[in-house]
Amino acid sequence: MKDVNIICGTDEIISKPLQAYDDRVINFLSDLSRALMNIRAWPDVVSLGFWCRRANLEKMRSTCHEYNFRIGRGLCFHIAPSNIPVNFAFSYMFGLISGCANIIRVPSKNFEQVNIILDIVNEKLKSYPEIYSRTQFIKYPSDNNNITAEYSLKSDARLIWGGDATIKNIRALESKPRCIDICFADRYSIALINSEAVMNANEADLKRLAENFYNDTFLIDQNACSSPNIIFWLNDNENKPARLKFWQAVHEYSDSKYKIQASIGVNKFSKACEDAINFDIQSTRYNNKNLIWLAELKNLDENLDTFRGSSGYFYEYVLNNYDELFKIINSKYQTLTYYGIDADELQSLIIKNNLTGIDRITPIGRALDIGIIWDGFDIVRTLSRIVNKE
Amino acid sequence: MEIEDMLKISPYSLDKESKQKILSERLNYLEKFHYEHCKEFRAVKDNLTPSPDFIPVRLFKEFDLKSVPDNEIIKLMTSSGTTGQSVSRIFLDRSTALNQQKVMSKIVADFTGASRMPMIILDCPAVLKKRELLTARGAGILGFSIFGTKKIYAFDDDMNLKLDDLKEFINEFGEHKILLFGFTFMIWQYFYKTLKNLNTRLNLNNAVLIHGGGWKKLASESVSADEFKKSLNEICGLVNIHDYYGMIEQTGSIFMQCEHGNLHASIFSDIKTRRPNDFSECNFNERGIIQVISALPVSYPGHSLLTEDEGEILGEDDCPCGRLGKYFKVHGRLKGAELRGCSDTYERR
Repeated sequence: MKDVNIICGTDEIISKPLQAYDDRVINFLSDLSRALMNIRAWPDVVSLGFWCRRANLEKMRSTCHEYNFRIGRGLCFHIAPSNIPVNFAFSYMFGLISGCANIIRVPSKNFEQVNIILDIVNEKLKSYPEIYSRTQFIKYPSDNNNITAEYSLKSDARLIWGGDATIKNIRALESKPRCIDICFADRYSIALINSEAVMNANEADLKRLAENFYNDTFLIDQNACSSPNIIFWLNDNENKPARLKFWQAVHEYSDSKYKIQASIGVNKFSKACEDAINFDIQSTRYNNKNLIWLAELKNLDENLDTFRGSSGYFYEYVLNNYDELFKIINSKYQTLTYYGIDADELQSLIIKNNLTGIDRITPIGRALDIGIIWDGFDIVRTLSRIVNKE
Repeated sequence: MEIEDMLKISPYSLDKESKQKILSERLNYLEKFHYEHCKEFRAVKDNLTPSPDFIPVRLFKEFDLKSVPDNEIIKLMTSSGTTGQSVSRIFLDRSTALNQQKVMSKIVADFTGASRMPMIILDCPAVLKKRELLTARGAGILGFSIFGTKKIYAFDDDMNLKLDDLKEFINEFGEHKILLFGFTFMIWQYFYKTLKNLNTRLNLNNAVLIHGGGWKKLASESVSADEFKKSLNEICGLVNIHDYYGMIEQTGSIFMQCEHGNLHASIFSDIKTRRPNDFSECNFNERGIIQVISALPVSYPGHSLLTEDEGEILGEDDCPCGRLGKYFKVHGRLKGAELRGCSDTYERR
């Protein structure tokens, strides 16, 4: 196609589906895994490799009891996200595991990781003709709707990353009647911490918690849908020693790791001023530094999901009970990261209370860990069809 | 001390201690005044811990910040943001506007000599069409126009150089010192480049050029300050060239560049640089975020602002040009934030 640059994989894609968790796919991915895990300079590439290691794939397969009767939907068109560099590869792997052939539009931004990963994929594909013929990584200007339209017309599934605007645009393009879209819309995420658990944490626990929290937030400037914007405190008493203990630990861990760019410092300051004016929110620069800004919410606004933290700007709220939290949850809410919470109880409470949001409850530190269940979808089951015998 | 009294003092004649005394008294007054009269300013002061000594310049783009009743506002100034950007909105009452004029004239006179002189405005008349709504360009021109006895615009409204008119003007007033004023990029783009293309030279040996507006656009064309000066010198003999650093939010108390290339704070202003990691004050010769302080703004809370520029203070009271006060250098806009993660989401916010 004109203006389309095939940067890796076949020119002529074969859209005949494979079985879900096909052995060839598993062999290919575990082959990739070893090579990816050697790229020590890029922790995100390593973690991609770690994710697609054989043991993990086997484990996933074992939880999909009916995989023998699952087969890919056909051709899957991936509009990969331009935010997190390695997620285009996760998207590709999800497609392969489902048994689909895959056309992946890689992010327009020139991430080093993308090139590294594609070099490895390219090399490994040579030994897997069945996978090669079902793999095509492409680049084209993302504003070229004609191209997107053409791919849409021949796709059996579309995996649309990139937020509300992208989704709206692509949904408007015609696709096959049975085409399935999995859309990753703009979402909102929060953290929930049990103050008592923080008070009971020993030094090592606390340090690990701080590091985990850092990885969920500062590591990507809170700039992922699953990164928390608000920290909810449960069982907090008025003297807030747990909060101080927690933030001091986060501060100590982040101070050495995170370099504050001047413009980010100004952004956080400006944000605090805007919140002060618009919502009468009180905020504190923790330890008089410009690293952690804590903006204390006095009440839970209905539009809470528009309160976005960034680069170390956190909203905080002390919860009296779960009901208070459940009242404001809507379909925007995606991930709830937690510490010291009974996750099983919370999971059933979400169902029992008929909530429209929160698809994911995960310990602090795993906010960014992507998997085949994401954003409330079982991606492999959605991208494959079941051959049912009655 | 009122501005009226400060105007009686030569603008670069006070050393650190004497300036401090006057300026801090004035700033304390302004601080209290704005706290009492501007609710947005008060909200920032009250809600942030530690309470900041400045507000971000960006707030003027997002809020209409005023410290006087609406019926006292006589003029609205806006920054000339490029399309798609939001603009700063600065509300002036009569006395603030007047003080801006007086202080500007006092400061500039220190560089041009006290008297008024023939003036070439290196811009087009259209910029000034609506006086009650002024852009930064218009405000600059208007501010400097008070120095002009006889005035001429160098360009028509389509930014064509009116070469014949200019030549005639220079012929007529050549024996006087002529003042040229304009914006750095405009001067380069429409004055210098046109003359160069026409292979024409003008005789402005005796003139003084004051220009401002920043170097962002010229830096993108890789034109340095030195090259700017050198090129203008070649094409029209200009030797007396002064850049200034100022912003629409602090019109009047501008920072002029001396013969030694340093920008100077007058007794009407102060300058600080702040460390990004905790907003503490930088040492001399340490780069930081520029904070600008002005004694003038009464109708809006613009007396102490954190800019989005980077700079460094070079010294105080000891510039070889002899002017007292702090002198400094501007290194341009802060580098845009490079956010990790979801840029997609961020930009749409």
